[in-house]
Amino acid sequence: MKKHANGSGRLPDRQLKSVSYAKWGYFFIIPFFVVYICFTLVPQFLTIYNSFFENYRDGLNEIGPNYVGLDNYETLFTADSSGTIRILKYTSNTMVMWFIGALPQFVIAMLLAIFFTSARLNIKGQGFFKTVIYMPNLIMAAAFSMLFFTLFSRVGPIQALLVEKGWIDASFDFFSHRITVRGMIAMMNFLMWFGNTTIVLMAGIMGIDQSLFESATLDGANAWQVFFRVTLPLLMPIFVYCLITAMIGGIQMFDVPQVLTKGNGAPNETTRTLVMYLNGYLANKNYGMAGAISVIIFIVTGALGGVVYRMLSAQYKDSSRQRRQRKGDVI
Amino acid sequence: MISDNTKGKVKLTVLRIIVYAILAFLVFLCLFFFYLMIVNSSRSNAQLASGFTLLPKENFFTNLKNAWNDASINIPRGMLNSLIIALATAVLTTYFSALTAYGIHAYDFKGKRLVFTFIMAVMMIPAQVSALGFVQMMNELDLTNNYIPLIIPGIAAPVVFFYMKQYMESVLPLDLIAAARIDGSGEFHTFNFIVLPLLKPAIAVQMIFSFVSSWNNYFIPALLLDKAELKTVPIMIAQLRSADYSKFDMGKVYMFILLAILPVLITYILLSKSIIKGVTAGSVKG
Repeated sequence: MKKHANGSGRLPDRQLKSVSYAKWGYFFIIPFFVVYICFTLVPQFLTIYNSFFENYRDGLNEIGPNYVGLDNYETLFTADSSGTIRILKYTSNTMVMWFIGALPQFVIAMLLAIFFTSARLNIKGQGFFKTVIYMPNLIMAAAFSMLFFTLFSRVGPIQALLVEKGWIDASFDFFSHRITVRGMIAMMNFLMWFGNTTIVLMAGIMGIDQSLFESATLDGANAWQVFFRVTLPLLMPIFVYCLITAMIGGIQMFDVPQVLTKGNGAPNETTRTLVMYLNGYLANKNYGMAGAISVIIFIVTGALGGVVYRMLSAQYKDSSRQRRQRKGDVI
Repeated sequence: MISDNTKGKVKLTVLRIIVYAILAFLVFLCLFFFYLMIVNSSRSNAQLASGFTLLPKENFFTNLKNAWNDASINIPRGMLNSLIIALATAVLTTYFSALTAYGIHAYDFKGKRLVFTFIMAVMMIPAQVSALGFVQMMNELDLTNNYIPLIIPGIAAPVVFFYMKQYMESVLPLDLIAAARIDGSGEFHTFNFIVLPLLKPAIAVQMIFSFVSSWNNYFIPALLLDKAELKTVPIMIAQLRSADYSKFDMGKVYMFILLAILPVLITYILLSKSIIKGVTAGSVKG
C-alpha cells in the first residue's frame, strides 16, 4: 500500500513475488515462538495461576494446592506480628537503595556525556575513559558483591586501613549498620551502571543536529542556556528511556544484596529487596505467596515497560519512515 | 590588560583541569576494588591478616593452585559448566534472533505487524516474574539439574531480536534477497549463506553480550541446579559467601573471585571497542 506512493512501474510483479514467498516468514519465526510459549508464556500463566492457590511445605508435608482466591494477596498486604507489612518494607528498601545509586549515576553520566561531546573542552583519551567506566557493567554482580564483602568485612583490608588511619573504631562493622550496607549496595549499582548510561546519553547528544548548537551560540546563548534550552529538551526521550530501564533494572535488584548479606538482608532486613523476598518463597517452595509477589512485580514492570515500549515503537516508526522516504527519493 | 580571549583561555584551562580531575577520580573508583582484588589474590592468608597494602606479594600461584584444587568448591568444573552454558546460549540466541528478525524483515506474511508488536511489548518483562512457573514446570518435566532450561530459552530473546531487526534495516536491501532467488537460492540457504555473513558485526557484538549475561546469571541457575558437579560459577561464588568465613584461606577467596570474572575481563580487554559500540546501537537513537 505504502509502496504505491512511489509509483514505480516494477511494483506489481514484486508484490506478486512477495505473495508467493510470504508464508516462509512463518517458518523463520516458529522457533522463537515455540520457545517463548514453552519457556516464558506458559510459565507466566502458571505463575499467575499459582497466586490463587495455597501451596507450601510444612516440614515434610505439602499443603495444598487449594484454591484460596485472593487470600495470598491479602496476606501479602497484611501486617505481621511486629506490625510491618513486609512487601511494602522490601519495596521501600529496593526503592531507597535504587535511588541512592541512581541519583549519582544519572548526574555523573549526564556530566560525562556533556564533557565528552564538548568540542570546546576537547577531552583527550576518551577511548580509555569509556573503556574503564564501562568495565564494571560486565563484571559478574555476584562476584563483585563477594569482593565488596571480603574487602569491607571485619578482617578485610578496608577496615584495617580505616582503623589504622584512626577514622573508624576497631569495633566498627560495615555490615551491622543500615547506612553502610545500603551505601555499599548503592555504590556497586552506581559503579556498574554509570558507564553504560554515559555511553547511551553520549550517543543521544551526538545524534542531535550539530547546527542547532551552532545557531544557538551565534544567537548569543551561553553554555548553560545551550544545555537547558537545546540539549536537554532534545535529549529528553533518551534520558527518560534510560531512567525507566534503570527503574526496571532496580526492581530486579537481587544478586548484589543477596550475596552481600547472605540472603538475609542484614541488618534487620533493611537491605532485603523485593526479588530477594520472592526468591525466599521460591527456595522454600511456597508457591502461592511466590506467585502473588511475582504478579505484583509483573504489574509494576509491565507498567514501566509499557512506557518504554511506546517510546521505542514511536522512535522505530520514525526511523523506518525516514528510511522509506530516503529510499523513495533515490527511486 | 588581559584581553577577553586570554581570559577565556584561562577559564577553559581551569575547566579542563576540573574535568580531568573528575575523570581521574572515577577511573580510580572503577579500578581500585579490582586492583585490591588482584593484590590480595597474591597474598597468603597470614599476609592478608596483617592489613591493607597496595603492593602485590609472591603468593599468587600458590593461591591459584589452592583455589584450583579446592575440595569443596570445584572452580575449574564450575568454569567449564558456565563456559558450556554461556557459549551454547550465545550461539543459539544470536542465530535464532537473526532468524526471527529476518522472517519479519524479509517477508510480508499475515499477522506480521502483530507478531512484531508482541515481541516489542514483552521485551521489558524480566525473567523473575515467570520464574515460579518456570521452576515448577522444570520440576514436573524432571529438567532440574539439567542445562536445557538454561540454554534453550535463549532462542527467544526479544532484545537481541530488536537489535538484529534494526541492524538488518540498515544493511540488508530486499533486492539482494530477490536476486538470490533468481539465482535459485532456497529461502533458508539465502539466510544462512548470504544474509548471515552480512550480519557478522551485529552477531559478534550480540554473542559477546549474551555470553556475558549468561556467564553472570545467578537467579535462575541457583533455583534449578543443586548437584555439585553441575553448579555454575555464580552459584559457587554465592556459596563462598555462605560458608563459614573464619575457616577460609582468604587468599583463596580472592583468587576464586578473580577466576570468576577473568574470562569476561579478558574478553573485554580484547574487544572493548566493539563492545562499547554495541551498547548504544541497541537503545533509542537520537
